[in-house]
Amino acid sequence: MVEALRRGDPDAYARLVDELTPALLRLAMAHVPSRAVAEEVVQDTWVGVINGIDRFEGRSALRTWIFGIMLNIARTRGKREKRTLPFSSFRRRAEEGSDEPAVDPDRFQGRRDDQPGAWASPPAAWHEPERKLATNEARRVMLEAIAALPPRQRDVIVLRDVQGYSAEDARNALDISQTNQRVLLHRARSKVRAALEETLDMEALSI
Amino acid sequence: MSDQNPIICQEFVEEVTVYLEGKLSEAEARWTDEHLAQCEHCRAYLDQMRSTIAALHGLSEPGVDPALRGRILSQLP
Repeated sequence: MVEALRRGDPDAYARLVDELTPALLRLAMAHVPSRAVAEEVVQDTWVGVINGIDRFEGRSALRTWIFGIMLNIARTRGKREKRTLPFSSFRRRAEEGSDEPAVDPDRFQGRRDDQPGAWASPPAAWHEPERKLATNEARRVMLEAIAALPPRQRDVIVLRDVQGYSAEDARNALDISQTNQRVLLHRARSKVRAALEETLDMEALSI
Repeated sequence: MSDQNPIICQEFVEEVTVYLEGKLSEAEARWTDEHLAQCEHCRAYLDQMRSTIAALHGLSEPGVDPALRGRILSQLP
């Protein structure tokens, strides 16, 4: 593939563009305020690929390298347009490695209760989740929850759950370890679930 | 036997992703399945997580606009 790109082979280029552009676009949209800007970022990414392929040394996977180019461009654009972003950047500092519980500890029994660590305020069964989670309201809640995540959690959940990448492909694209990939995914998923639980009336018989 | 089960609800919610990824050890997976068999709340939590993942996948709609694809392809010299 790399050789074909260096030769300027249009079929190889088109195949790679078709394979990676949807995920690049989705991930770019998580970093910049609008789809239009995200499309520019992705377009510039492919310019970067064409111009840089001769310097690509193969030390990382081709996919990792391309996602890296995109994330650099997206972060630069995102910074420039930060004021219009729907979430505040101070959250980024509250980031990624810190130990955040998946569920508010107050929802479990405490040490003095009968069964420490068992649910005190348990989750209710969701009623017709497929239908309710396909509504515009649910989409909005999910997109806002994703936008509020620290960037690396956002990148992982977008690739894994939105785009359907395998764990291996996601970790290659983002150049992170297997464990790190899983921890970031876990935090991100837990927060999106919590946002849905808090915001939507998922137990109601109809919405 | 189940009294020995070290999995409690508060741990389950932290292990749910590893569980769904199939990366628990055999013993941990067995304990987790045993816990789930007896704990309807954790079953509800697991279902919520699965529903969330499925719904996230439903967000992937934005296809690539053919005009964008055209612009990208025409960048090749």
